[in-house]
Amino acid sequence: MNFPIRIPLGHWAEIFVNWLTENFSSVFDSIKVVVEFLLVQLDSFFVWVPWPVALIGLAVVGWIVAGRRVGILTAVCLFSLGCLDLWTIGMSTLALVTTAVFISVLFGLPMGILAAKNPRFDIILKPILDGMQTIPSFVYLIPAIMFFGIGNVPGIIATVIFALPPMVRLTSLGIQQVDHEVVEAGTAFGCTPVQLLLKIQLPLAIPSIMTGVNQTVMMALSMVVVAAMIGAGGLGSKILYSIQRIDLGVGIEAGLGILFIAVVLDRILQGITKKQQDAIMHQK
Amino acid sequence: MGDETSSKIKIKCEDVWKIFGDGAEDIIKNWDQYKDMNKVERLEKTGCVAGTRQASFKVAEGEIFCLMGLSGSGKSTLLRCINRLHEPTAGKVFIDNQDITALPAPELRDVRRKKIGMVFQHFALLPHRRLVKNAAFGLEIQGMEKKEREKKAYEALELVGLKGWEKSYPYELSGGMQQRVGLARALATNPEILLMDEAFSALDPMIKRQMQDEFVKLIKKVKKTIVFVTHDLHEALKLANHIAIMKDGAIVQQGTPAQIVLNPAKGYVEEFVKDLPKTKFITAQDIMQKLDKWVMPVGSSSEEVTNKMNENNLRYIFLVDENQKIQDTVDYFNLTLLDGFFKSIEDIPKNKRPTHYPTISVSSDTFLESLLDQAADTKVPIVVNDSQGKLQGVISRETILSSLQSA
Repeated sequence: MNFPIRIPLGHWAEIFVNWLTENFSSVFDSIKVVVEFLLVQLDSFFVWVPWPVALIGLAVVGWIVAGRRVGILTAVCLFSLGCLDLWTIGMSTLALVTTAVFISVLFGLPMGILAAKNPRFDIILKPILDGMQTIPSFVYLIPAIMFFGIGNVPGIIATVIFALPPMVRLTSLGIQQVDHEVVEAGTAFGCTPVQLLLKIQLPLAIPSIMTGVNQTVMMALSMVVVAAMIGAGGLGSKILYSIQRIDLGVGIEAGLGILFIAVVLDRILQGITKKQQDAIMHQK
Repeated sequence: MGDETSSKIKIKCEDVWKIFGDGAEDIIKNWDQYKDMNKVERLEKTGCVAGTRQASFKVAEGEIFCLMGLSGSGKSTLLRCINRLHEPTAGKVFIDNQDITALPAPELRDVRRKKIGMVFQHFALLPHRRLVKNAAFGLEIQGMEKKEREKKAYEALELVGLKGWEKSYPYELSGGMQQRVGLARALATNPEILLMDEAFSALDPMIKRQMQDEFVKLIKKVKKTIVFVTHDLHEALKLANHIAIMKDGAIVQQGTPAQIVLNPAKGYVEEFVKDLPKTKFITAQDIMQKLDKWVMPVGSSSEEVTNKMNENNLRYIFLVDENQKIQDTVDYFNLTLLDGFFKSIEDIPKNKRPTHYPTISVSSDTFLESLLDQAADTKVPIVVNDSQGKLQGVISRETILSSLQSA
């Protein structure tokens, strides 16, 4: 038995996206310019830094924020990355991920704050965030190409869409979880809403916000192959190549490269989160 | 405990209601309809919870006013209506005759910053700040310069006995010490009013008692008007000049500690007060008798004295000078023995007076407990003197016994 009607939703979506592309091309172009600029700067910086400097620098940071083991782990991971001849391309991936995370935090933090303070905004935002995380990322690759063309920028935008939700959610959660009595104390001593946010709510929400940043980083890393499908470079494109050629060796090496970068970023960010948490929850 | 009518009213609440939920206005208007329901029925019917209803009280400048009630009685809600942490649904709150309920946000903030300090049950300190920065918080919010505010924070911490701990973090301190920081933070801005929400309730019994004692001392030094919320009747009786007892959001009785203990309102308060060791709360002032029947001027004749004693059925009477100071104590039996020999008591040489008795004098805030001890040592009524030695009242053994009976 057939359904009584066929809704031409796909057709409508096409018309809508076309309409957006035609009428807002200048908006998309300027977004593209800004994102591209950011990426190029980061990329050329990461590639420019001599590998021993980057390796030792990150290892020291790891050591400081998370102890000796993480310091050593960082050094080993980065050294292995270089030994697989993936240093430069790895740095490109790092630049891609950093740009995407930067944009995610830039938008996610204020959205999270707003969601915590305004229940109505929260109600509207929740299903949108759910959608961003559950709709397969391939689906929004197509409009991304239509808006921004092929290349790194649509890859970054697609990554941001996927990696933004945890940032928003954990910021909002962190602010809502701040001890009610402490917030009351702030109000009782005459805080303005901005003072309340800056002096009480945000500082006490930092562990949760940092967890959000960490998750955003991990999700951005998981997107590098998908982003490569629409022309983003880095290790993702290498993996994509290996799939297309069924080249196991290249695939394994590039996959391990992503793993090394992920481990380094995760351990360092977790260390920072833990430090912040200790300062607030006082577990020494 | 001075005469409250003559001193200035600092805080005044008039028919303050706080109802949580939608349609609160309607509930206030038709309260008669709802008043016989219990909380749960009311919530089911209206979707609202009455936090505080029709609460009115006045707090005089410099006094400690206690809101006492069990949990859920609305005492903390009412306290928060004073600085509008809870927006009253209806009614008015005045501080220094200024209608707080009508203030726009910026002016309300100003009142909160300058006039009111608040202390919280679980201290509500900022865990990521050192004590000095916690204590300086109120001043920081006011925009005071760092050097100045930290100097004041040091002073406030010293005042509460935390000198030397300024650079520590709250987690390094015990509960009692953390609450001292809470107190220091509230005092640092030098507010006229302190709102204290179950300030000592989260502390161990021993620490709690110690904090109460120190608080009483501290308050004598800094002179604040204080509204103190507690569920502990002992604490209320110990600290307060006036107590308002709350039940189900309404104030059921107000009065001085002695009034509450001696004449509890029927039902709820009576039940509450029943098991109290009253001798610890009733003071000499509460039971002392007026002077008129107990004293005669020092120059009275023995006949006059005898007559007065017969008339009032007294065994002892005090002879006082024009300054209301006791010059002598007369025993009825000795007086009748002497009758006829002397015209006036004064005629007897002082050292030979058979009427000369040592009197026990106490101050008006002496508790019944210690009056009992002292009454055991003497047959002569105990006299109540003020700080200048002026006679204020008399407490006979019969008075003490009958007050024990009522207690």
